[in-house]
Amino acid sequence: MLSYISKRLLQAVPVLIGVSILVFLLIHLIPGDPVLVMLQGSPNVTPELIAEVRRNLGLDVPLPQQYLSYISRVIRGDLGKSIWTGQSVWREMQGQWPSTFELTVASMATAVVLGVTLGTLAAVRRGTWVDSTVMGISQLGVSIPLFWSGLILIFLFSLTLGWLPATGVGGWKRLLLPAFALATNYSAVIARMVRSSLLEVLSQDYIRTARAKGLAELQVTLHHALRNALIPAITIVGLQFGNLLGGTVVIETVFSRQGLGRLAYTAILAKDFPIVQGVVLVLVLVYVLLNVAVDLSYGLLDPRIRYD
Amino acid sequence: MRRLLKNGSALFGLAILGTIVMLALLAPWIGRFDPIKQNPRESSRPPSADHLFGTDRFGRDVWARTVTGARLSLRTGIVAVAVSMAIGFVPGLVAGYRGGWIDALIGRGVDVMLAFPGILLSLAIVAALGPGLHNVQLAIGISLSPTFVRLVRGCVMAAKENTYVEAARAVGCSDAVVLGRHILVNILGPMTVMTTVALGWAMLIATSLNFLGMGVQPPTPEWGADLALGRDHMRTAWWISAFPGFFIMFTILAINLVGDGLRDATDPSLEIR
Repeated sequence: MLSYISKRLLQAVPVLIGVSILVFLLIHLIPGDPVLVMLQGSPNVTPELIAEVRRNLGLDVPLPQQYLSYISRVIRGDLGKSIWTGQSVWREMQGQWPSTFELTVASMATAVVLGVTLGTLAAVRRGTWVDSTVMGISQLGVSIPLFWSGLILIFLFSLTLGWLPATGVGGWKRLLLPAFALATNYSAVIARMVRSSLLEVLSQDYIRTARAKGLAELQVTLHHALRNALIPAITIVGLQFGNLLGGTVVIETVFSRQGLGRLAYTAILAKDFPIVQGVVLVLVLVYVLLNVAVDLSYGLLDPRIRYD
Repeated sequence: MRRLLKNGSALFGLAILGTIVMLALLAPWIGRFDPIKQNPRESSRPPSADHLFGTDRFGRDVWARTVTGARLSLRTGIVAVAVSMAIGFVPGLVAGYRGGWIDALIGRGVDVMLAFPGILLSLAIVAALGPGLHNVQLAIGISLSPTFVRLVRGCVMAAKENTYVEAARAVGCSDAVVLGRHILVNILGPMTVMTTVALGWAMLIATSLNFLGMGVQPPTPEWGADLALGRDHMRTAWWISAFPGFFIMFTILAINLVGDGLRDATDPSLEIR
């Protein structure tokens, strides 16, 4: 098992190197002089300031040397400094990640509970109105943009009914609407996956055997079928977690919540590239490591999978 | 095509999509008002016989902006998918046909791009290139291209093992002929499905980027941007955001239904559930 974990982590290294190159090159995609673009609109732009920003960003040396110095700083945990506040990117992110973590975990929990429940309902009631309704809802769920579901929820539960606050951070009441909005797409994807996977498992011989033994349908579905049906669904959950992380940019902006996504968004508007690079790099790292964890979780759900 | 037309959901999707495309094409004639010209005296009027979808806070007709915005929203999605196909097709073809180190190299490149979660890659590219419609289309095109590389690679790898490909090689056909005449035919079906599905994704990302203010700039009418315009006035003038919002949702729903229908129609092994 340990050797499998190390092997899987080693496989992620080239991807992470590639990602670091892409993130590093972002600043060089800027048309024209990146320093002038970043300082656009700021008062008192002097040649000294331009030279200082260029030096701080390490743009005054050849490209390969810039990358080597960038990657060696990143490995040491130094993601650079914000152009506008002068604070380290790491410190800027420190205050934001708990809110994003809270939001993504709450959304994923909502998406899994909703998705697995709806998918199971649709599968056991296959061909009935329940199945059609669930599939209709899930089709709508994957088609609705995050910002639109967020605004609909704000309009209904905050502006019209006045039940929940629309913006800000703190307490479960402020978490409910953004978490649910972020979960809509993903619960729909999970529901479709669970339904299709459960239908396949329910046609297996061992399910017939369980029924022949006289087990209650609920026990057959939950104990025998669902556990096996969840293995493919876990992959989707892992992949969807990435989309969820990306979706925080939109949801945190719609709900005016602080968080990594909103930090990235405001940094993009302010052309504060070290922050954009830092947030993107951290989110990708989390996503890659999460996929490794998803890979490892198969063994827990399916004892037939061995990591020798 | 016959199988697609027998699928009720796909037909429903085609009908919605057809209607929206028609509205977009006829926008200059059915819009009734100039979508850009401001009219402060008509500010934030609710839907009425005069203004079907009401007016926004600048007094512009929301119906005119919505149908005109359909043109830009649909075009953005189509151009973005075309860009992603243009970027992803050749590497996918080469990786699948040649295999070996070039396949491994392209594969790692694809892995790196797919490591960016959700809209993050598009967002990062737009952040670098700067806001604007063309940059949004390019960014989405780049971020969706790995999907096409993988699809084309997979199809080519499967197709090149067929006996007729072996026969074509045996009679002396060049690589270009084998690829062009015998293998590409096998890619067309899955490519059509993928293009439709990707169009839905592209529109989702594009409207999100426009909503965030990274794409089209005011006063150009576009669904995502118009929805953002009305978000602060949801309590007093819900119609400013609601109509573009529903148009986005139903267009993507329609594209997804057609995509699902196409997949079912082109995959004979798929069990209908």
